[in-house]
Amino acid sequence: MEKIKKTARWMERAMNLLFLVCGLLTILFVVLITIFLLISGIPAIRDIGLGDFLFGKVWASTSAKPSYGILPFILASVYGTLGAILIGVPIGLLCAIFLAKMSPKKVSSAVRNVVDLLAGIPSVVYGLVGMIIIVPCVREIFHLPDGANLFSAILVLAVMILPSIISVSETAIGAVPKEYEEASLALGATKTETVFKVVVPAAKSGIVTAVVLGIGRAVGEAMAVMMVAGNVANMPKLFGSVRFLTTAVASEMSYSSGLQRQALFSIALVLFLFIMAINLILNVVIKKKV
Amino acid sequence: MKKFIMIATVFTLMTGVLTGCSGNAGSFTDKSTANETTKSSQTIATDGSTSMEKVIGFLSEAYMEEHGNIKVTYNPTGSSSGIQAVAEGRCDIGLASRDLKEDETADLQGTVVAIDGIGIIVNPDNPATDLTIDQIGKIYSGEITNWKEVGGSDAPIVCIGREAASGTRDGFEEVTGTKDKCKYSQELTSTGDVVQTVSGNPNAIGYASVASVGDTVKMVSVEGVSPTTESIQDGKYKVQRNFVLVTKKDTALSKAAQEFFDFATSEQADSLITEAGAVPVKR
Repeated sequence: MEKIKKTARWMERAMNLLFLVCGLLTILFVVLITIFLLISGIPAIRDIGLGDFLFGKVWASTSAKPSYGILPFILASVYGTLGAILIGVPIGLLCAIFLAKMSPKKVSSAVRNVVDLLAGIPSVVYGLVGMIIIVPCVREIFHLPDGANLFSAILVLAVMILPSIISVSETAIGAVPKEYEEASLALGATKTETVFKVVVPAAKSGIVTAVVLGIGRAVGEAMAVMMVAGNVANMPKLFGSVRFLTTAVASEMSYSSGLQRQALFSIALVLFLFIMAINLILNVVIKKKV
Repeated sequence: MKKFIMIATVFTLMTGVLTGCSGNAGSFTDKSTANETTKSSQTIATDGSTSMEKVIGFLSEAYMEEHGNIKVTYNPTGSSSGIQAVAEGRCDIGLASRDLKEDETADLQGTVVAIDGIGIIVNPDNPATDLTIDQIGKIYSGEITNWKEVGGSDAPIVCIGREAASGTRDGFEEVTGTKDKCKYSQELTSTGDVVQTVSGNPNAIGYASVASVGDTVKMVSVEGVSPTTESIQDGKYKVQRNFVLVTKKDTALSKAAQEFFDFATSEQADSLITEAGAVPVKR
């Protein structure tokens, strides 16, 4: 008996240690990546000059007189994300409300499954569908010479961020105490009024979290965007070919060398800071519960 | 035991990833790769142009079949990286889909192994059938923007190209004299993407290795010459570039590498090169 207890205790300690190591490992990865990005990203910024790098309008990394300005990428990423949020959030939020409050149980679970499936589709598949269907459609509908542009990218991103927006805001809406709703209905408000004036405001912090998660997903997406945005380093126009921060790194990395390669690391660093900022906002939102 | 194997696998993978990533960034990894290649003389390391993948694949496969104990490896990094790799001794033979530049010929020797025709492709619905080099150059630099100016219908021209470091783009811009002047509508990262995009857009024009152009797009003739083996070989078809094997001038190749080099540049290899979609050198 005593022996079994001893073994159990030993086992417990060993497992504890294992968990600790796994936890530390995760932290280690984050720290390593951060250090790596800082070390490999800063030299190029110092060479090029922070102002020229962040606010330079011309990216011509392989020309005879190279120029490394990433403002086009930053703006493309920002506009692309904003556009995706503008389209994706209303659709996602209304869908979440439908799932949580309006639809019959059976329909809800079916739709929920489809949404989960949407989350599981690899981004390259989104890109492929975008390239073969959305790009030609955008070209036809808007009578453009070419459909690979910021707008197509926004459409693809908007669909891609739907799952995270829907599932997080649905959970938030579902968590609003039933009494709020009942009180509102008892006071004579209609169901629609109740949802928009009582439930949604009560679930505000969860919905904001959903939006921020969506932003994170949109900013970080590379593959799908690369296949539909055209990838030319222009200053962004809605119907012009653009290159995002992520695609700037992805499309040149395999061949780059020297300062060009370092500059790509610097772009990655900028991207990393963007994501960090988004996470920070997320933390603040969750803590404050707005 | 299982655990041990797991850990061992993870570590091997991790080292693989580390050496792979910093191929030409960190100097410490350079050294380790160099050691690896020299350690076993029975491995012939080639490194360079992604456009040469098919050619080098066919050649090395045939060669390895004959010489069971020799392994030919290929690292697709791009022409410039390949040249850099052979200069730094990180591989035996560098692969470049362009001729060596003047400063590179100081230490390095380039041997043309095959010729690649770059096809100018348009949508099958496009009535244009022939362009001059000058017209192509003007189209890509944005001077000609409508198909009717070059014998097509009244529609804007959409220029599709490759990413900045692509060997095909380099070759194309060199021939058409549009270096750093191209106004692309899309810069895609693979030949397949270019063909796909051109086949989907009636106004598009693009370029791709003649070998990789299927029948979903139409190749136009250039200055009256359509790209065929003969016209590419005798240089009448202008939009072409050389596939070059790069070696060091002052260091001799290992015995195995020299044999492979001789094999690749011999007449024996011609049929393989043709099979791989490129054009053998005229002898």
